[in-house]
Amino acid sequence: MSTSIAALQAAFGPAVLRRAESCGDTIVYLARDQAYQILAWLKTTPGQDFNYLTDITAVDYRDPELPLEVVYQLRSLERKVDLRLKIQLDKRQPLEVDSVWGLWKGSDWLEREVYDMFGVTFRGHPDLRRILMWETYAEGYPLRKDFPLRGHFSRAEQTRQALAANPEGNYSLEELSIAEAYHELPVEMRERLQRGERGEVR
Amino acid sequence: MGLISQAKGESEEAAHSGMSPNFITTRLDLLTNWARTGSLWSMPFGTACCAIEFMASAASRYDLARFGMERMSFSPRQADVLLCAGRLPFKLAPVIRRIWDQMPQPKWSISMGACASSGGIFDTYAMVQGIDTIIPVDVYVPGCPPRPEGLIYGIMLLQKKIRGEQLTDRSLRVEHMVGPEGLFLPAEKIDEVSEPFGNSVHQTRSA
Repeated sequence: MSTSIAALQAAFGPAVLRRAESCGDTIVYLARDQAYQILAWLKTTPGQDFNYLTDITAVDYRDPELPLEVVYQLRSLERKVDLRLKIQLDKRQPLEVDSVWGLWKGSDWLEREVYDMFGVTFRGHPDLRRILMWETYAEGYPLRKDFPLRGHFSRAEQTRQALAANPEGNYSLEELSIAEAYHELPVEMRERLQRGERGEVR
Repeated sequence: MGLISQAKGESEEAAHSGMSPNFITTRLDLLTNWARTGSLWSMPFGTACCAIEFMASAASRYDLARFGMERMSFSPRQADVLLCAGRLPFKLAPVIRRIWDQMPQPKWSISMGACASSGGIFDTYAMVQGIDTIIPVDVYVPGCPPRPEGLIYGIMLLQKKIRGEQLTDRSLRVEHMVGPEGLFLPAEKIDEVSEPFGNSVHQTRSA
């Protein structure tokens, strides 16, 4: 574990901001703009081999002065070691980090969940949409600390908006598995899809 | 109204008893309600732990088949009872509304458990505070989750309710009662029934 930290600091110097120990786990804080390179380096460098992305999540602290943290939990399946990396985002600035979808395809839904719950934008994500809440959800990002437990709107308004949502509107064409059969679809449906009512036609 | 007896062969014997074997006279209400009571096909809308208790009720030990409910109707178009077993998030609200609309009359619904009936412990941004803000409910079964006995008691209450129905009562079969806003209840009513209660009142809106 510590060899990784030392190698990281040797390779990236000031982009590795600081390290902390918590419950036996090592946490490394990364500078936002170099984070993608560092994660790529950790994945591909022999001797590091962090080839498994366990989770991406985020932490919002109650103190408004503290930054919002995006957390990456990596694991090397061969070496059987874990590494936790954090990127701190100033809440007064736009919450943006680079997507790691190019490194781990499994980050697709993880990043969508962080976007849905915290409003962090992942630059370069191929399909950044809400994943738990429905797409027309208008109340904000529920896991932010400034989000009221019962939501911003009245119960009646929440019910009205929920009932107005299209239950099938959360799915893209690919998820509905009809993209390949596009040319066999009825004309009316093709027109509807072409108008962009749902998903994207390829 | 009469029901034609199938037991033709027994007619001579019965003639000696002084009773006609071929016809039974009864009230249409009584006959129809008897038939409906004994053949309630349920549409299981199981979303959480209540669904486990519901499955236990349907399995051999508690055996819902005794009440004519052995046939789970996974298509709403053949279902008589919508049985919501578990919490209902707002994301599922349009789904349960659509399922309810797809069910043909006569239809009833059972709200199983605290969450389906009132939101339960989930007094949060994501949860419908009682499915009666979305669809009409006939029987509420309390419990977290209710034991199979509780659910069976709720079903028997529904059967009792059905036995008391009158075919001539048009108000029982009003198809759908959605206001101009698409809401089943008036907005003030939804806000009123969704007010925090119990331990929820100690939670502030921002914490």
